[in-house]
Amino acid sequence: MTGLLGTLSEAWGEVRVHKARVLLSLVGVFLAVLAMTTVTALGQMAAQVQQEQGEASGGRTATIGVSAYDPMTGSVPRDEWDAGVQALVSRYGLPEEAVATLAYENGLYRFPGGTQAVETRRVSPSYGPLHRIQPVEGRWLRSGDRQSLSPALVVNRDFLGLLGAADLSGHPTVVIGGPQPVLATIVGVVAWNEGYPSAYRIDSSAGDATASAGGVGFWSPPSLELWVPSDQADAVVAAVQTDLARLLPGAEVQANRQDPENLEDTIAKLRLAVRAAGLVVLFLGGLGVLNIGLVTVRQRIREIGVRRSFGATSARVFSAVVLESVVATALAGLAAVALSVAIVRNLPLERWLAGGVPLVDAPGFPVSAAVEGLLAATAVGALAGLVPALIAVRVKVIDAIRF
Amino acid sequence: MSLLELTGIGRDVRLPDGSLLPVLAGVDLSVEPGEHVSIVGRSGSGKSTLLNVLGLLDSPTAGTYLLDGQPTDSLGGRRRSRLRGETFGFVFQQFNLLPRRTAEENVAAPLLYARGREFLTRNRAARAMLDRVGLGPRALSVPEKLSGGEQQRVAIARALVRGPRVVLADEPTGALDVETGAAVMALLAEVTAENGAALVTITHDLSVAALAGRRFRLDHGRLTPVAAGGALAAATSDRTDA
Repeated sequence: MTGLLGTLSEAWGEVRVHKARVLLSLVGVFLAVLAMTTVTALGQMAAQVQQEQGEASGGRTATIGVSAYDPMTGSVPRDEWDAGVQALVSRYGLPEEAVATLAYENGLYRFPGGTQAVETRRVSPSYGPLHRIQPVEGRWLRSGDRQSLSPALVVNRDFLGLLGAADLSGHPTVVIGGPQPVLATIVGVVAWNEGYPSAYRIDSSAGDATASAGGVGFWSPPSLELWVPSDQADAVVAAVQTDLARLLPGAEVQANRQDPENLEDTIAKLRLAVRAAGLVVLFLGGLGVLNIGLVTVRQRIREIGVRRSFGATSARVFSAVVLESVVATALAGLAAVALSVAIVRNLPLERWLAGGVPLVDAPGFPVSAAVEGLLAATAVGALAGLVPALIAVRVKVIDAIRF
Repeated sequence: MSLLELTGIGRDVRLPDGSLLPVLAGVDLSVEPGEHVSIVGRSGSGKSTLLNVLGLLDSPTAGTYLLDGQPTDSLGGRRRSRLRGETFGFVFQQFNLLPRRTAEENVAAPLLYARGREFLTRNRAARAMLDRVGLGPRALSVPEKLSGGEQQRVAIARALVRGPRVVLADEPTGALDVETGAAVMALLAEVTAENGAALVTITHDLSVAALAGRRFRLDHGRLTPVAAGGALAAATSDRTDA
């Protein structure tokens, strides 16, 4: 035990005494570890941004989009579609949170500045969790909203701006115009910066009979989204196509996976590329440590000889020189990881990466990146210390003392 | 049984042309515990080689060397190093202090290779030994800030801090002026005797050699005893030869 303590103490003493040399030799390692850990953390954050943005449009892994149209008339009658979907859901016992519906329409909203058509998505409450939509203010749509005479809306900031409201503190409402206007309640605000107003509206409400008349009209037939386990996606696509085609005779049924399924591969490749670049930099940093280690071990030959006269064994001299390198690079790695954490935590990187939209699940600093950074620095130190250590061991004590 | 016993020790070195040069030949020497022995000889006579052999820094090419009655030629590298650290303390002509370490760190350095309590209390032991050689107030000074005499006193403290049974001093006063050298040598002899360690000194200095209980002359690799009063003749001969 005291042997190990002695070796560590000796190594630390060398690092302490040769601060300037050690610092110079560690610049490369420090920068390499800083780059590796920071880029890994950023990569993770970028991956999260990609994932959330991908899921916002395509749904979570795995989301199956189902739609149908009649080749003769265009859209499938709404009641037939609803009945078909209901039968499908019942047959497979799909839970409510795994089934979402979506229909696009242009709603006529009466803003203080005049009536304006706004792209509106009529969605079921399960659409929000499926697309990882989290309002920055207020709440998302829920089942109880279907009982309300006033349709519930979740709008973006541009929509809110057209109403002249800064936030929801004044409980803003908006009239959905048309021949029979209905007063809608804004229950939540999302942070999308689309540059134009948009809204999510509960798929149905007690006031729909009149409100639907106020719409300019659906752009597309309603579609269904099913959230299923990734490994069952293909089977579900086939089953849904077959079953729904039978339930909706004469309609063309389309079912396909719409979540960004290749995203993980893309991100994995990106991370691999970043890691490879980091390793190259680390290798170059290691060469710097090795180079300075070689020069200084020759300068310290007398000292090594003196230590041998104290009773230092070859193994002890070897491990002390290697450890000196390891202690130094590990400290450089620690400093680099600390700086990396400070950078990633204190700069609004997620906002930069996501174009100002806050992440729903902002990842913390990846522990794996920190651990990898430290391990890489330590490994570089050990490798770079090997050659100087071998030279130190081969020094002849007598020659060293006379040196 | 002698502490150190050399019988017929020879040491050859290979020259660049492949031939062998005998540096030591048929050296017989025994050193008893607590004894003070001095060896004089001209430059190139093999004094340092003999000291290196005695201190297990070098191995003889002929003869037997018994340490505490045990042959040293069969020692493995690890055991040899350990035995060296536990048995010998070295004082070099050029002090060989570790640069940029304080006097205390220098004196404590040999204890980095000790075990247990000896290792854990190394700084306290170093400070006590520095006090003993009169350098307590300079414990935190680095060698670059110490005079030659002070540096050699630090080296003496370092040689003795681990309680060696033998102190090997190679020209301990060679880099010092006469007065400082005498003071340092007196201190070395005194502290070594206090610790009960044997002292083997290699020197050119007649007065230094005279401090020893037994004196030897090394000439062309051969060691011969010098009778009391013969040191002057040996030293004179050395200077003439040189």
